[in-house]
Amino acid sequence: MRHLLTAAMPRDEAVALLDLAEDMHQIQDRELKKLPALRGRTVVNLFFEDSTRTRSSFEIAGKWLSADVINVSGKGSSVSKGESLRDTGLTIAAMGVDGVVVRSGASGAPALLADWIGRPVVNAGDGTHEHPTQALLDAFALRRRIHGDAARGAGLDGVRVAIVGDIAHSRVARSNALLLPALGAEVTLVGPPSFLPPAASDGTRLGVRAETSLDAVLDERPDAIMLLRVQLERQAGHVAPSPAEYITGWSLTDERLAHVEGAHILHPGPMNRGLELSSRAADSDRSAVLEQVTAGVSVRMAVLYSLLASDHPSPDHGGAR
Amino acid sequence: MLGPDEIGRALTRIAHEILEANHGPDDLILLGIPTRGAHLAQRLADRLGEITGIDFDARVGALDVTMHRDDLRGRPTRASHPTRVPAEGIDDRVVVLVDDVLYSGRTIRAALDALADLGRPRAVRLAVLVDRGHRELPIRADSVGKNLPSARSEHVRILLSEVDGRDAVTIEGGAA
Repeated sequence: MRHLLTAAMPRDEAVALLDLAEDMHQIQDRELKKLPALRGRTVVNLFFEDSTRTRSSFEIAGKWLSADVINVSGKGSSVSKGESLRDTGLTIAAMGVDGVVVRSGASGAPALLADWIGRPVVNAGDGTHEHPTQALLDAFALRRRIHGDAARGAGLDGVRVAIVGDIAHSRVARSNALLLPALGAEVTLVGPPSFLPPAASDGTRLGVRAETSLDAVLDERPDAIMLLRVQLERQAGHVAPSPAEYITGWSLTDERLAHVEGAHILHPGPMNRGLELSSRAADSDRSAVLEQVTAGVSVRMAVLYSLLASDHPSPDHGGAR
Repeated sequence: MLGPDEIGRALTRIAHEILEANHGPDDLILLGIPTRGAHLAQRLADRLGEITGIDFDARVGALDVTMHRDDLRGRPTRASHPTRVPAEGIDDRVVVLVDDVLYSGRTIRAALDALADLGRPRAVRLAVLVDRGHRELPIRADSVGKNLPSARSEHVRILLSEVDGRDAVTIEGGAA
């Protein structure tokens, strides 16, 4: 693995990353949260979009591995003075950094950067395209919920996951629709018709099943329900339901929660309580939301270690270029 | 070079040496270095249990040293292993590190660093099944199953039934 640009990867590679994250996860129980694996390495978090949790998560992950981590935000940097992505990337690379974590509103920006700068690049979310570390942490949290201490080596075989919300504009949904089926899960996308992506020639959307009725999908008793943040800032230019319509049709309300008592609840955050899910759903013991946040650090430690620890990382396996 | 019986006898002797050096079983903890060292630590724990009548299962664990190695940059990305430490922790205990082969000493150097991140043992000892020489650091073992002088060009393989289906120590290759 040279870069992590996409969540599309073979099953064995995904399981290996999740297993590595399990080992990293043990640091959570320790007083001394520091491993020397990336001592002397420098990682730049290059964030052109606002983000608190993803940036902090990458920063903690890098620091717990003893890397030096520098945060560069789009605002206040030379980017706001009109510098191109390429020049910003080359400038940062010229300072001798070992890896770049990039978040951008432009789909495909991390892939371009990876071609330009000759250093490992991690996609921390690009436009409406992908957010691979989010999908990895979702898979990690879900695998732990299902397999507990026996999670190592396991996939998500036969686990039925409903992903609910604005699928078409969600990089979280896209990365999960790529990763979870590779691990053996059965993914169903659920949302208002205007929130579903166009169908492929085989009738599926993002290669998985899509439905418009949340209630019909909940009747099938899925093992996990992933609620996407309804992102009002991404609603420009297409017909969106009103908040009231959304709650009626696609919110995990108290009534729907009672109907699917056994299902694990995931949300990438930040949550809009009352919109995507009720407060009771968010705070119930079925909610894995805080476990997802903790998992994020472990998964990002695994990714940074895999990309940066060795000068001769193992050869490419295709997917995670 | 060694068959199952010799490996068994070596482990029994190491178990007795550990008890003798520690003046009994008090405060002893065994931490094996994955993968084969962890299996050897479990076998030693079983023997210590038989000898002392005390259950050692809660006093045995595994210590992964991958993140502390000094050759991470120069080699392909290394996979890690779980670390399992007894619930009571390692503070003020006597930790016996267990590994299959002692060679350059760099793995043990990494293990000492990994251990320091977990707590402060009263003492750390080292037990290995095979010492093949060629130390690159000032490290020695307290208990050795078998000293196996070898050329650097040779490859010493430890096979354990838990992972390899049988018990054996072999030397392969070398310029001869």
